[in-house]
Amino acid sequence: MCNCATPGNRSNATAVQTVDLNQVKDAYTQAASVCSRRIVICAGTGCMANGAMKVFDAFHIALQEQGVRVLTAIDPDEPAQASEADEMVLHLSKSGCQGFCQMGPLVSIEPDGILYTLVRADDVADIVGETILKGALVDRLLYRDPQTRQVCRGPEEIAFYKRQTRQVLKMCGAIDPENIAEYISLGGYSAARRAYLMMSPETVCEEITESGLRGRGGGGFPTGHKWELTRVQPGPKKYVICNGDEGDPGAFMDRSVMEGAPHSVIEGMMIAARGIGADEGYIYVRMEYPLAVARVRRAVTDAEAAGILGDDLFGSGLNFRLHVMEGAGAFVCGEETALIASIEGKRGMPKPKPPFPAERGLWDKPTVINNVETLATVPIILREGAKALRGIGMPNSPGTKTFALTGHVANTGLIETPFGATLRQIVYEIGGGVLNDAGAPDPRGFKAVQIGGPSGGCLTPDHLDLTLDYDALRDVGAMVGSGGLVVMNQDTCMVSVARFFMQFTQNESCGKCVLCREGTRQMLALLDDIMEGTATEETLDLLKKLAIAVQKGSLCGLGKTAPSPVLSTLHYFRDEYEAHVRDKKCPAGQCKALADPEILADRCVGCTACARKCPVGAIQGYRKEAHVIDVAKCVKCGVCAETCKFDAIIGV
Amino acid sequence: MTATVTCDYAKVQSILDGHGNDPARLISILQAVQAEYRYLPEEALAYVAEALNLPPARVYGVATFYAHFALEPKGRHVVKLCDGTACHVRGSMPILEAIRKRLGLTGEKVTTDDMAFTVETVSCLGACGLAPAVVIDEEVHGQVTPEQAVTLIEAIIEKDKEASHV
Repeated sequence: MCNCATPGNRSNATAVQTVDLNQVKDAYTQAASVCSRRIVICAGTGCMANGAMKVFDAFHIALQEQGVRVLTAIDPDEPAQASEADEMVLHLSKSGCQGFCQMGPLVSIEPDGILYTLVRADDVADIVGETILKGALVDRLLYRDPQTRQVCRGPEEIAFYKRQTRQVLKMCGAIDPENIAEYISLGGYSAARRAYLMMSPETVCEEITESGLRGRGGGGFPTGHKWELTRVQPGPKKYVICNGDEGDPGAFMDRSVMEGAPHSVIEGMMIAARGIGADEGYIYVRMEYPLAVARVRRAVTDAEAAGILGDDLFGSGLNFRLHVMEGAGAFVCGEETALIASIEGKRGMPKPKPPFPAERGLWDKPTVINNVETLATVPIILREGAKALRGIGMPNSPGTKTFALTGHVANTGLIETPFGATLRQIVYEIGGGVLNDAGAPDPRGFKAVQIGGPSGGCLTPDHLDLTLDYDALRDVGAMVGSGGLVVMNQDTCMVSVARFFMQFTQNESCGKCVLCREGTRQMLALLDDIMEGTATEETLDLLKKLAIAVQKGSLCGLGKTAPSPVLSTLHYFRDEYEAHVRDKKCPAGQCKALADPEILADRCVGCTACARKCPVGAIQGYRKEAHVIDVAKCVKCGVCAETCKFDAIIGV
Repeated sequence: MTATVTCDYAKVQSILDGHGNDPARLISILQAVQAEYRYLPEEALAYVAEALNLPPARVYGVATFYAHFALEPKGRHVVKLCDGTACHVRGSMPILEAIRKRLGLTGEKVTTDDMAFTVETVSCLGACGLAPAVVIDEEVHGQVTPEQAVTLIEAIIEKDKEASHV
């Protein structure tokens, strides 16, 4: 039944000739057509940690035991032939992050549109027996909506996915990130081809400018404008750099794109190179992301082998060489001049701007640095047109943005929405609501949502209907940043959150600017005083004054924005700070030094368990009578509260 | 009993050759040296500086700037506790305390005397969906409790014991 020989008899010996994308696309589609179904195992970091590879192996074995022929890779150069003996041929593949990390490992079955969640290796026999062989569903593995209790067959019925608009993440989580032919079969590299053969550098820059694309890494600078500034610089040597040094704690969007669709980043870089006239580029990836490093390296090698990267791109006579560099663990390297210093083999210290990298960047040559997500958006613009991006999002922030939704929220994971979605939609509709410390739904709602990491600010329930876009967020003292959204419940101490970020930026300050180096240290000390109960109300004024000084006196983004979490929590949660300094109380009960333990007499049954566990003998009381704590003796270790089965001990 | 590694210069030289003896690739070179020794021995740093014709201060400066580089030998098992925002709000600190307590380590003393374990915190592993996360010998464990973390450590100690008996 098969006549699926590769059309055109491609010869491997001359593989590094001008690549014919249509031919690859047809060959891949043909080679994949022997498979009646496809099982996709999410191999993002979250699912991998939960045992996705064991699930993958279990599928391989179970399918073969059932006599099903399994293809784990579709190779258009050597297509698998279906024979009469094969009753069924299946494609079993891995994908990048599918986003719903909370419910991993995820297994999707196409074209049925089924998504199984929390799949263990033991569940695989049932999936093969029921779904693959009989076409029936395994109900217990389907996602059940926690509010409506409705069982969902697949992403089309799951609120977490339904409310999203996945553009950049569309391929991520669907395709095999290690198969360049599959990327090409979905239109991949056609935008780069168009840029090199049918567009001039000017028109490339114009189209990106027209789309209104703004940098997704934090600043929100118009990408087309950045390219144009670099394009007009004289000289034959220019560079393109992809900033994959995603250092914000609580953000993993760039990681997911690099792991799930590395070719889209490479294609974006090729288009940037065409736009500015560069022939060399670097992808700088954080060393904390070993899988992203491996996938990007593999993608570069495959693109070179396919004749897509290298010399004489698409027969245009132009060249582009790409290097992959692994960072060595320095948050400040996310700042573009520091990143350039790091590629040059130096300490990653920022330089004053101007000159901007557009004029003097890597090795003093004009350089464009873009973030991963920005670059992954570029091919979409060239394929679908600048107007397509303008069609969604907000007038000044067109397109979509990926967010890493984490913290005290039911559905943690990777999401993508148009700019202009509200916090309510993200936390409640996509995120499924707020959780308490025990992981149960918390009807009290969230206390704050931290956006933009250590450079950003917090949003409060007052901002529930604020549209999330560059300008609206800036107006309330926050920023889109790279897109980390950390939801915090009512039991979170905002002073301790501010201290957490201060500790982070103080650690990561490179030490070049005095105000950043010393100022962040002093701010941290002041926050410690507040949490330990040794501060006064004057401390709050001093903290604010110092914060503003650090903002003004620092050279780069790290120092300029390091005080933001403090300023923003001081602004929105001043009463909480005041409770710490005036009443020496932590309203959330998180600051140990301020703990004020008390035994509720009406709840205490006099079981003596707490008195026996107390390491300093601070609890007194007779059996079957209410106990009391001697606060002067108490060391506030909290053992008593942990021991008490009647929730009678509060405040520690 | 700190293990001292005598530096094999031929190995360092082959790393340098692999990177074309290019001073611009200093960071990649140091990463390769560290992959070999699990830390950067002082002799190796001196050799790299000499070979690349760079001032030793420059090489030392780079080695101390980046968090990934270690100037002290690390234990055979490296435990990295994520203290990113998501992990922090979901309780990473009690896990760190439990692991340190089990191994007799503190914020200053990060490696056990028998060189079996090094415990360190990292700012974010990007596994926020799994918070709190611990990476033990490159394997990510998600949604860990302090008790589970200690169990994981004990399993490794047991395994090492068995291996040493064989």
